[in-house]
Parts: sequence; C-alpha cells; structure tokens
Amino acid sequence: MMVSTSSTSGRTNSTGERTSSTNRAFEYAPAPESRSIVDIKPSYGLFINGEFVDGTGTSFKTINPASEEVLAEISEASEADVDLAVKAARRAYTRVWSKLSGAERAKYLYRIARIIQERGRELAVLESIDNGKPIKESRDVDIPIVAAHFFYYAGWADKLSHAGYGTTPLGVAGQVIPWNFPLLMLAWKIAPALACGNTVVLKPAETTPLTALLFAEICQQADLPPGVVNIVTGAGDTGRALVSHPDVDKVAFTGSTDVGRHIAKAVAGSRKKVTLELGGKAANIVFDDAALDQAVEGIVNGIFFNQGHVCCAGSRLLVQESVADEVMEKLKRRMSTLRVGDPLDKNTDIGAINSAEQLAKIRELSDIGEAEGSERWSPACELPTTGFWFPPTVFTGVSQAHRIAREEIFGPVLSVLTFRTPAEAVEKANNTPFGLSAGVWTEKGSRILWMANQLRAGVVWANTFNKFDPTSPFGGYKESGYGREGGRHGLEAYLKVESQR
Amino acid sequence: MTRLDVRKTYKLYIGGEFPRSESGRSYIVNDAKGNLMANAAQASRKDARDAVTAARRAFPGWSSKTAYNRAQVVYRIAEVLEGRRDQFVAELRAAEGVTEAKARTYVDAAIDRLVWYAGWADKIGQVVGNANPVAGPYFNLSTPEPSGVVAVVAPRGPLLGLISVVAPLIVTGNTVVVIASEAFPLTAITLGEVMATSDLPGGVVNVLTGSVAEIAPWLASHMDVNGLDLTGVADSDLATSLEAAGAENLKRILRPPLAPIDWLEEPDLSRMTTFLETKTVWHPIGL
Amino acid sequence: MDQVGAEARAASLGTRSIKTTAKAYAIDLAIRMVDLTTLEGMDTAGKVRALAAKAMRPDPADPTCPATAAVCVYPDMVATAKQVLGSSGVNVAAVATAFPSGRAALDIKLADTRDAVEAGADEIDMVIDRGAFLSGHYLRVFEEIVAVREACGPAHLKVIFETGELQTYDNVRRASWLAMMAGGHFIKTSTGKVQPAATLPVTMIMLEAVRDFREATGQMIGVKPAGGIRTSKDAIKYLVMVNEVAGPDWLDPDWFRFGASTLLNDLLMQRTKMTTGRYSGPDYFTLD
Repeated sequence: MMVSTSSTSGRTNSTGERTSSTNRAFEYAPAPESRSIVDIKPSYGLFINGEFVDGTGTSFKTINPASEEVLAEISEASEADVDLAVKAARRAYTRVWSKLSGAERAKYLYRIARIIQERGRELAVLESIDNGKPIKESRDVDIPIVAAHFFYYAGWADKLSHAGYGTTPLGVAGQVIPWNFPLLMLAWKIAPALACGNTVVLKPAETTPLTALLFAEICQQADLPPGVVNIVTGAGDTGRALVSHPDVDKVAFTGSTDVGRHIAKAVAGSRKKVTLELGGKAANIVFDDAALDQAVEGIVNGIFFNQGHVCCAGSRLLVQESVADEVMEKLKRRMSTLRVGDPLDKNTDIGAINSAEQLAKIRELSDIGEAEGSERWSPACELPTTGFWFPPTVFTGVSQAHRIAREEIFGPVLSVLTFRTPAEAVEKANNTPFGLSAGVWTEKGSRILWMANQLRAGVVWANTFNKFDPTSPFGGYKESGYGREGGRHGLEAYLKVESQR
Repeated sequence: MTRLDVRKTYKLYIGGEFPRSESGRSYIVNDAKGNLMANAAQASRKDARDAVTAARRAFPGWSSKTAYNRAQVVYRIAEVLEGRRDQFVAELRAAEGVTEAKARTYVDAAIDRLVWYAGWADKIGQVVGNANPVAGPYFNLSTPEPSGVVAVVAPRGPLLGLISVVAPLIVTGNTVVVIASEAFPLTAITLGEVMATSDLPGGVVNVLTGSVAEIAPWLASHMDVNGLDLTGVADSDLATSLEAAGAENLKRILRPPLAPIDWLEEPDLSRMTTFLETKTVWHPIGL
Repeated sequence: MDQVGAEARAASLGTRSIKTTAKAYAIDLAIRMVDLTTLEGMDTAGKVRALAAKAMRPDPADPTCPATAAVCVYPDMVATAKQVLGSSGVNVAAVATAFPSGRAALDIKLADTRDAVEAGADEIDMVIDRGAFLSGHYLRVFEEIVAVREACGPAHLKVIFETGELQTYDNVRRASWLAMMAGGHFIKTSTGKVQPAATLPVTMIMLEAVRDFREATGQMIGVKPAGGIRTSKDAIKYLVMVNEVAGPDWLDPDWFRFGASTLLNDLLMQRTKMTTGRYSGPDYFTLD
C-alpha cells in the first residue's frame, strides 16, 4: 500500500554513501471520476417485452459496496414474472427474431455495440458504483471488451454457415450471471445468443443489477424488437425459476460450482442444452528462468485484479523453489505500491469487496489459512471505515493439503506453494477438481508448450495472465464447467448441433 | 432565378489525398442520357506508380493493426456511406439511368457488403487457420497473412462491384490500387471521399480513373505489386497478357469470371483467401 | 525481460491521474530535474550564454520558479557556460567520448573527457561503444567505462546507452548492469540524436536495474531519460514511474534527470496555468 515516506537521500560521495537531505514523497492527490454522468433511478422494474414493468414479487435494495449507500430498489421477479418474460421471449423468437436474416440480426447487434461505445463512460461509472471495482478497470477493461464482444458476435450472425455448427438456433435461452463482471458477463451471454438467432431472458446477480438495467435502455435505444432481450432481476429463487422453466431451451450459467452442480441436476431428464462456467483455483507457475519483473506483474494481475473476484484468478502461486525468495521479495515490494480505496478514484488499483457476505467468506478462509499454519502478509493499508474492504494478502508456506490451497476464496488472497521440477509443477497444478485456467512463466518456448499440453485447464496463459478477447474461447475443464464462451467455438452453445434435437 | 451550382472536380485518390493526374489529362464522362456529367481525371502510368508507392508505404501499418481495429475502420466506412446514401443514389441514377428503387437497392447492398466484410476481419483466421496435428512433439500452427499490395481492375458499374472487390482486400490487411470502372468513374472518387473521412489511413485504398488498357499493364508488370485482381477485364486477350505480365514476380492472380457476377448475392470467401498467405510455424514441445 | 509485459506495465503506470497538489509538486520537481541541453553543430558562445541564463531563471516573470539541475553542452562550450553559471548551483554537464557516435580511439575519447573536466564540467555524459556491445565485446565496453570514470576525476559520470540502437530491452538491462558495475553514477537512455530516444518502457527497465543494484550492493545509481520528452504530461508519467518502480528515494535531481530542451517551456506553461487558472501561450515564455 502506498504510504508516505520520509526517506533520506541526497548527494552521493564517491563511495556511494548517501548524505542526507530531505525528500518529499510523491503523494497522489484525489482524482475522482465524476458521478454526475449517471442517473440512477430510485427504483427499477423488470424489463419484459421491451418495456419496464412492475414485478409482482417483493423488492430488495442494491448498495454501493464502497460506502454501503443504498443506490436503488430492485424488483425481485416472481415465478409469474419469469413466466411472462419467457413467454415474451418465445413470442419474439417465433414471430420476429427467427424470421430475420442474419444480416439484420447483425445490424441490431452493431447498433447495441455502437451505443455501448457511445455511453461507455456512463456504463463504467455505474459499474464501479454498483460493483465496487476501480473505475480504471471498468473504464479500460470491462466496457471496451463488452463493446468488442457485441461487435465480434454481430459479425458472426450472417456467417454461421462458415462456423461449422450449423445455422439453426435453439429458441429461448435462460441466462444467469454473476456479480464479478456484471456487464461483461451479460455481453458474453447475450451477444452470441442473439447472433445465433435465439432470444433471451437474463437474470443479473442480485448485488449488481444496475448495468443490466441500463443495458435494457440501450436495447430500447437500438430499437431491438420487444421480447428479444428480457431482464429479470432477483436472487436465487428467480434464478431457479428461470432455469427450470419448461419453455427454456437453453440454460447458461456462470457462477459457483455448487450452484452449477444444482443446475446440472435440475435439467437432467429435460432436453435443455446447458453450458456452465464455474469456479477455479488456478495455478500460476513461475520457473526460475522467467522474466521475473514481468512475472511479478502477472502474479499481481492474476490475483488482485478485480479484487480477486475472478473465476480464473491465479490464486495459487507455484514458484520454483530456487527463485522463491527472490520472487516473494519482489512481490511484496510490488504489493506495497497497490492503492486500495475509493473505486471512483482514477488512481485506485483495488476497490471494494462486492458484499458483506463475500467479505465474510474471505475473512473466514483467511483466518483458516492462518490457523492451518501458513504465514500471512499484507502491506500496510489504511482502509475506509464504511464499505467492504480487504487488503491484498499473501500466504506463504502453503501446501496442497491446506484448505486455502484447495477452496476458491474469490478475494484478493494469494496462496504460495513451491515446486522443484516441471513435472511436479504440473502435478500440483492439476491436483484439483477445478480446471479453468493456468499461468506459466518461463522464457523457454518448448517448456511453455510442454506445460500447456500437460495442464488440465481450459485457458493457459503463458508469460501473461487474465487476458480476454472476444475472439478467444474461454471455459473450463472438470468442475470448472463445460462449454466455451468467445471465439468461433462460442457459437456452439447457441446452435442446434446435435442431430437428434 | 435558379442558383448556379458549384461543380465538383473529380481527381484521383492516392495516399489519402486527391491529386490531379500528373499527365494533366481528363476524359469526358456522360450521364445515362448522354449529357455531360463531368471530366474525370485520366490516370497515367506515373500515377499508377505513385499509387503503388503509397499502397506499399501504407501496408506495414495497415497489416499490423489488430483485426478488430481494421473491422472498426471498415464499419466506419459503412456508416459514412450510409450517411451519404441519398448522394450516392442520385449519382447512380444519373450515371446508369436506373430507377430510384433500383439505385437504393444497389447503394444499400454496397453498405451491407461493407458491413459483411468488416465482420470477417477477426474471423477469417478462425475459419482458414488452425493447429495441425503433426506426427511428432511439435506445436504447429497455420495462420493467414495478407499478401501485400494488390492491384485491382474493378468490374463495370459505379459502386457495388467496386466495393465488393476492394472490401475483402482491406479487411484482410492488404492495401489496394484499384482502377475504377472506365465507364462509371465518378462514384469511385466520391467513394474515395467517404474513405478519406472514415479513419482509413491514406494509401490503404488508392483509386485511379482512366483507361484500363493503358494503366493495367503497368500495374500487372510492377514488381512491387503482390496480387492482381482481373475481375473487371472484359477483353480476354487483355486478361491473358495481364496474367502473363503478372507471372514475372509470381503475383497471386484472380482471373476474370467466366460468367457475369450477380453482385447482389452473398460472396464466397475466395476474394479474401486468394490474397492471403498461409504461414505455418513449428515449435518443439519439451522440457 | 518480456517486452509485452514490460510495455503493458509502463502503459498502465501512464494512466495514473496526477492533479492539483500532486501535479504542482511534480511540475516543480520536473523543472528541478531538467538538464537544459543544447548539442548542435551551430552552437555559439551566445547561444550557450542564453541557455545558461534560462537555466538559472527559467521564468523571468516568476522568481519562485526553481532553477534547473544543469545545462548540458559540448566540451568546448563548458568554459562559457561556467562563466555564466558561476556558483548558482546549476551544474555544467558536458557530453564527451566522441559524442554522439562514440566512434574514435579510446585515448581520444579520454582526452575529450579530461578536456571537459579541466574546463570545469561537474558532470560528464559519455556514450558507450555500441558497436562493441552489439558484437558481444562486453568486456571492452566495461573497461572503457572504467577508464572514463577515472578520467572524470571529481566529476560525476553518466553513461549513455543509446537505447534506440541497442533495440531490445534485454540489451538495455545488460548495459545497465555493465555500466553500474563499471562505476557510472548515472545511467542515461540516449544522445537525443537517434530515434527512438527515451521511452517509458526503456526507462522503466533502467529503473528496475538501479533498484535491483541497490538491493544487491546498497549503492544508489541515478537514471536520466533524454530526448523525446516534450510535454509536462510525459514528464509526470516518468515521475510516477520513478515513484512506483524504483521508489521515492529517486525523486530528487541527484538521482533522476530529464535530458530536454523544449520540455522546460511546457513545464513553465503548466506551472502558470496551475497558478493563474488560465491556459497560456508561447509568447509568455522566453525561447531562450
């Protein structure tokens, strides 16, 4: 954490010793992004059939996790509401959307992409306020990739015959997304679904509904035919109603492995097609011949980007024993320059934890980590008094048998283990029910490729980490789920591929 | 009293600018009724040479942009063209004498064609590239790369054919010197205006107007041109001699079609793949 | 060294938003770090005198504006500069060793160095032999630096790599360690005569090197990016990088310099905007 230093430095004499003189530290003044660009209404209804309508269920509040300020009242969609939304989606599919050519579907998606670019700043600010992530990330990472995702899939809508999965859509897709990348997860779900000719009912996470609701407005601005996109806000019950609705042809879920498991059980025996993108406990593997300064950046990016609320986070650092001390020293020094604070401050690197519930989980597992015997370290951090905050934390002396090496913490907490040989690194990396991603840091090309071959993970990042692109398929092995989002492969989930359907 | 209009001078479009022909020549272009529409610049071999220089200079930058970036630029060309829809409809009507409805169909198709090709920029590699399962411990990847500078003889017609031969080249990262349709050159220059205001870097597309028989041989024999699209060459003897001239540096050649093309139909991928090289990279897999 | 990773980190540091009090601090610090430079074939005593006067008093309308760290001139201009600067606290840095190419016999380069020191130079900016470096003769490069350091006597030695010719970050890192171990007081990116000159990523590599060198030996070495830094915005990005990569100990003219000429007026313009609230124009600042 950046702290002010009163260091001494000054003229060197010929032996390199420093004579003292005062040196003021470089303290960054507050650089807040203005909130005035967003217009948050006091309450929101559901977006069904192209309009905002009142839900018939109860309501709940969404708050700003950095301050606990109440932002708005959100409808909790009831089973009846979900049914209305699915009906609207079905009508839109049968009467309008399935009758449009791919080129026309493409144009709607281009419109949406364009408007997202035009309203980019507004979306970024809203995302940071509702989710807690730094404005630097929502502005520079989330929103640009959201727009790019819509552009990319718009371009597939009229080229499906070249993609290799046929050209027949599935019908109505029920989609449930998490709170860690609210608008990006929405883009990953809606863009390919619509491009392939499906209509959707999407439920955003209960702690982060606002950008989805603004997206609904964008659909209206784009003159998207009513019912093609429907947004039903709510929590677990709403999600359950949606995925078990008999008239939903396709279920797409991103979230915890636990819930994914329930969904997979619930659709058993139905003909619903399912894709799941679940949890992870990725190994970030650093060899002794890695470009160490860049590897440290990759480690930091891997677990502290987005407050560690990332399914593919590099939450286990596997460092070759011969460079472990050097890497830890560099890592701690680098962690000391991370700025934790107001998400709307443009200089903030680490924002707020998304909810009290998540903060409690992170604290619990961190306490367990200490109790299990690992050594815990965080840079000195002044945390705000309101809101949900957790300092970037690293545990050393962790072994595979520790819970913090096996369970997904979903917070800015890194567990450090060591290895001796490439084979051992692979063994440890694969020794988990998860299989979403992995990182490899070495300057040796053949070793990168060998490791990539051996690692049981859907995404392997070599000499980089947490890189996403609409053209690049993303998804997991094993209990990290099945199906891919992004790229040509991302179309498969939304087309009738099997001959028996 | 009717207002006198300010008439446009139609020059060439080279290197992002609109120079006159260095030869100082022009030729008369009449509308469908036989009335004078304008004098179009009559390009010389030196203009063609300059256009190739401009295209070559633009190639490294254009081909190294991300596919996403190129797609965004080509979408923008479509946007600007859409904004000028009425102007192009009027130009088509005057040049070809077609009805308003027919002119709209062609202009709309041209815009949509740009949008279709724009979407290919970041997908063609996924369709024609792939990893290869070689029989040994090697990583092996084939990816398409643009050939370089491509000279094009545009098909007869003011707009849709022209866009249909130019768009596939630029989305794949090639740069272009195109000889516009000799009978319908004016819209090509107006299209140059659209490109010049669409974030398209100068030199990526260069438009020459004038005599195909005079200019094409200079492009076909130019040793710094990598590809030759002969779609608009109606005379088969000329086409043969151009292809033979292109053989000197083994240009990639797209021959004239055997039957007239219906430009309203969705194209296949050959206009992109003919001017894409396949690069295959090997790397051992081992500790 | 991974190029993509290094450039990404440098770019990310460039997104820091430095406003209000932080910006005022940075601008004044940057002014104090400027080595105001003229290295032209057409330099005359008149030109050098004007430069030295500006270095001492960059903004005649504002006496609170700090002086620059040094002026940087060719060896035969040192005496003229020294005459004007006297005991003002602004140092005289001289380029030497057959600057900018470095292509001459060693004894000539050493004579060039001694000449500048005798004329009164407080600092010597030498160039390494890039030909020797790129052909792998690292020991020769090392020994030349040692010899020049000796010829410097009491003057401080900056070692210029000409990073635009070294081209890879691995080379720059290698050159950094070579120069530090050979006794340089400062490592410097460029002569300003070759493009590209200083860049953020290249400077970052050098900041990492001086940080690691202190870690290993306890000794601090300074860093000087030179050439191509024209705006206050650029200068502030460099200071952010110094702060977060090497550490605040380097935020001092003793340990970080900007080799620049046009940068100074842009810093003055920004400084004026911060105090008056109005955007300024070139007419309000002296050309020299």
